[in-house]
Amino acid sequence: MLKLEPRPEPSRVMSYASPLLAVVLTLVSGFLLFSLLGKDPVQAFMVFFIKPVATLYGLGELCLKATPLMLCALGLALGFRANVWNIGAEGQLTLGAIVGGGVALWLHDVQGAWVLLPLMLVAGALGGMAWAAIPAFLRTRFNTNEILVSLMLVYVAKLLLSWLVHGPWRDPEGYNFPQSPMFHEAALLPLLVEGVRTNIAFLIALVLAAISWVFAEKTFAGFRFKVAGLAPAAASYAGFSEKRNVWLALMIGGGAAGLAGIAEVAGPIGQLQPSISPGYGFAAIIVAFVGRLHPFGVVLASLLMSLLYIGGETAQIQMALPAAVTGVFQGMLLFYLLAADLFINFRLRWKKRPQSAAPVVSIVSKEAA
Amino acid sequence: MNAEQLIPILASTVGAATPLVYASLGELIVERAGVLNLGVEGMMLGGAIAGFAVTSQTGSLTLGFAAGMLAGMALALLFGFLTLTLQTNQVATGLALTLFGVGLSAFIGRGFVGTVVDGLKGISIPWLSDIPLIGPLLFRFDVLVYASIALFIVMQWFLNRTRAGLLVRAVGESPQSAHAIGYPVILIRYLAVLFGGAMSGLAGAYLSQAITPMWVEGMTAGRGWIALALVVFATWKPWRVVLGAYLFGGVTILQLHAQGFGVAIPSEFLSMLPYVATIVVLVIICRDPKTILLNQPVSLGQRFHPEA
Repeated sequence: MLKLEPRPEPSRVMSYASPLLAVVLTLVSGFLLFSLLGKDPVQAFMVFFIKPVATLYGLGELCLKATPLMLCALGLALGFRANVWNIGAEGQLTLGAIVGGGVALWLHDVQGAWVLLPLMLVAGALGGMAWAAIPAFLRTRFNTNEILVSLMLVYVAKLLLSWLVHGPWRDPEGYNFPQSPMFHEAALLPLLVEGVRTNIAFLIALVLAAISWVFAEKTFAGFRFKVAGLAPAAASYAGFSEKRNVWLALMIGGGAAGLAGIAEVAGPIGQLQPSISPGYGFAAIIVAFVGRLHPFGVVLASLLMSLLYIGGETAQIQMALPAAVTGVFQGMLLFYLLAADLFINFRLRWKKRPQSAAPVVSIVSKEAA
Repeated sequence: MNAEQLIPILASTVGAATPLVYASLGELIVERAGVLNLGVEGMMLGGAIAGFAVTSQTGSLTLGFAAGMLAGMALALLFGFLTLTLQTNQVATGLALTLFGVGLSAFIGRGFVGTVVDGLKGISIPWLSDIPLIGPLLFRFDVLVYASIALFIVMQWFLNRTRAGLLVRAVGESPQSAHAIGYPVILIRYLAVLFGGAMSGLAGAYLSQAITPMWVEGMTAGRGWIALALVVFATWKPWRVVLGAYLFGGVTILQLHAQGFGVAIPSEFLSMLPYVATIVVLVIICRDPKTILLNQPVSLGQRFHPEA
């Protein structure tokens, strides 16, 4: 019969192969799901995964939607490495949009993009950091679980945004729609290619991925993160401050998510409105894991996750498939990944069913050893 | 404020508290067995849509609530298989369960948006419900409200007075010792996880069939996470779970009625109250690390390999 046995050493090959295996299993499940829904699975696949990226515009959309996912996931991945479970990136993203967007509305008369845009991006990052500072402070000062606090703050942030666009920041000429005035031309992120919606935030995200790799692999602070995640006891024995790790991880995560938020409202959205993210902050958790908590892995995983979002939209328009299928795929992908990760530390062996005498032998051999 | 105003508020507090009682009592058993399942929100949503779908197809509330429990158990089984059999990280798997539940329920529920069912009604207990003040306050609830109180009493007795309850606690405190004595640690944890799933599913079904008899995407609105926080607030004790659930039910209802009393605060800020309150109580309980150390099941969230 098939038996799981521990590998003597974790498999390097498997740790790279497992995300691919998870993707394949997700695709197979998708195939079954489409068939069950009575759709032609081959056509559904074309619509979901090929058509959206068959044009330059489509590729641009892919990069556009990958940007917030990448930014959020880069920060989260660093935190998860250090066992800091910030799952409130969605809220930090919202605060980034509020603070950065607030700057854009406040300085509505400033025309110089070179002053305004950097100011907005910094404000956005600071907004996200401020929101992440709450769980960081409560965890380090009052021992409060950051998972629950950061998550509760997602709801608070969304309600805050809703109040702003329904009340004080509502466009007086907006026919009573709950949204702010459109941002001025100078407050919008420049596009990379004419006719494609990808903006400069995509490049910023790629640069941050490279910086984050340097931080994680080449700096002492990154090393402390790694030790805190892999061997917490060793980290405290070595005198690495847990508080510093928690603060740093949440500040990086919050700042990156805040940047994602302002990049969304100063990019494709162009104003503040009640809903600015279809759950990018939560999907980024999956992106971080599928990307192996590694910056370059995160870049690839965010493109994949972006494809799931775009494919879901295309499938909804062209095949009347529900857009929620994206959420099902996202959840499945993470399940399969977690399961496939088993094979990093274990392998399957075909073993004969042990004879009745076998256990005795094994005990003897253990004693001999 | 007079009694005529107060009684409906207090009565609806009980309604708002009941799903929290179910979900957090379920999670309490799971955590007492040493397993941290962060997927409560996902299982509640699964239960909410499964219950609503079955009730609207069959017209039977009983079948609906049963389906809600089964859906919660099915999702919990998935979690159990991954964390207990495949030994995956419990935090990551729980998050995955919530994300999956959110997606799956929205996917299944798209055909049910905008439809209604006949929700669960209160039963007026003869004689008792006619007593002034006390009657409307205590004896006109639906059957699941009374059942949630019964569940609390049974659980209190189960955990502290029965051999099986002792086993659950032993498995949570020291799985190694329990295993060494010959108890099936993994099986006991599976059962606890399944029970937690059933209770979360029931809590979700209560939302979609008793409180607001309709399906809305993401209708749990963080109640699953509040249930998780309640277990910490309760320092893993059933009676404090119930107390906490009723406090939170009160906060939820209060924010609905506050504007009616002429409180001039924008509704968004009132809606923040339950979430902010969750953070505040967590801080109060966790402030002293000893409270957590003394009460938290020792093996909570840790993997257990029977062979090792």
